[in-house]
Amino acid sequence: MMLDFGPFILTLKLSVITTVLLFIMGVPIAYWLAYSRSRIKVLVEALVALPIVLPPSVLGFYLLLAFSPQNVFGKWLDQYMDMQLVFTFPGLVIASLLYSLPFMVQPIQSGFQQLPRSLMEASYTLGKGRMTTLLRVLLPNARVSIITGCILAFAHTIGEFGVVLMVGGNIPGETRVVSIAIYDEVEAMNYDTAGIYSAILLAFSFLVLVTVYLINFSQRSEVR
Amino acid sequence: MIEMHVTRKLQGADGEFNLNVSLSIGEGELVALYGPTGSGKSSILRMIAGLMSPDEGFIKVGGDPWFDHEKKLNIPPQDRDVGMVFQEYSLFPNMTVRGNLEFALSKNGDKSMVEELLDVIELRGLQDRRPVLLSGGQKQRVALARALVRRPRLLLLDEPLSALDFEMRSRLQEYIIMCHRRMNLTTILVTHDYPEVLKLSKRILVLAGGGVAYDGPPETFLNRMESSG
Repeated sequence: MMLDFGPFILTLKLSVITTVLLFIMGVPIAYWLAYSRSRIKVLVEALVALPIVLPPSVLGFYLLLAFSPQNVFGKWLDQYMDMQLVFTFPGLVIASLLYSLPFMVQPIQSGFQQLPRSLMEASYTLGKGRMTTLLRVLLPNARVSIITGCILAFAHTIGEFGVVLMVGGNIPGETRVVSIAIYDEVEAMNYDTAGIYSAILLAFSFLVLVTVYLINFSQRSEVR
Repeated sequence: MIEMHVTRKLQGADGEFNLNVSLSIGEGELVALYGPTGSGKSSILRMIAGLMSPDEGFIKVGGDPWFDHEKKLNIPPQDRDVGMVFQEYSLFPNMTVRGNLEFALSKNGDKSMVEELLDVIELRGLQDRRPVLLSGGQKQRVALARALVRRPRLLLLDEPLSALDFEMRSRLQEYIIMCHRRMNLTTILVTHDYPEVLKLSKRILVLAGGGVAYDGPPETFLNRMESSG
């Protein structure tokens, strides 16, 4: 039996791209949520957390509608940007960004909130602006939360299934990620292949979680 | 040097109250702000530093307006040129002692100030350590040094010694006196430790009932307290 590693490579590619983009998006969102006193903060917080409670198929359904060339957004993308998002890899990336957003934002937000406010204030009174303070004081001292956020977002994207099924389909090399491949193999009664894919995914997920808890554990036991 | 006339609604021990403060502090003075917890001492410092905005009034330092409610002027803390020492030290855990001091330098800042402070405040032996490995007294020395790196116009000390034991306290008081004299720095010290006031300053501002209840030499205040009590 020849095992096709294509789905693994695709899954890794999707997860790496998603994690990098989510980090870039997640830090400003987490910063705003952690420090803003605006009233609309509650709404944004709820929006960010939605993918946690929503069935992935619901998220996928709405994305499918939005991306579809029959609708305004999809049409606009198609006509003016020459971009098709249904059943394509870029479409998967966008779906993954939404799907894994809370897993990046929430740890970083709570990391910022756990830092004493006076660290930020000390930096301000030393003449440093918001950007310098964020890059040199807040981010380095919230590094455990940031690593946690990145690992969780990465792992969550790897385990994504429902959303991919809705907007990605099952195109080898384009949208056929591991979770889809497993489903597909089971449907085709190829239990051996499905078993190997599953075992690899199981071992990987366990390893990721052990890493997260290890980082948190070693940080907590460090003398402050 | 400092002209301050502000009001601000605050949350005190017995609920909300209005802090209404007028004060004027001369160049090179070391003034103690004294009063019970929740009387607004720290808030006054924070308003001067720009970390809190008054509801009304103005703050002027050396003739420059830093805050003016009517003109909607509020200079951000970055541009106010103050050195501030916080009660909880607030050293940056990710930087060494030297790193904390160098962080305070402006872009083309004078590095010799860092060297001078490492010597004057006797931190050279600790310069490569991270704050985690320092005692409370050592941390507060670093915080004091860091606040002085930029040669600020004003030094604001927010109960800097309240977490330290007696011996550490008196050593740090010596450092504060020394720095104040050396740099002829206008200094405001928030404290609720009366012996500290007597040792460090010739003028005390006592906060009570949302305003300045006494302004003068600490000895006279003590006499008045004793005669009334």
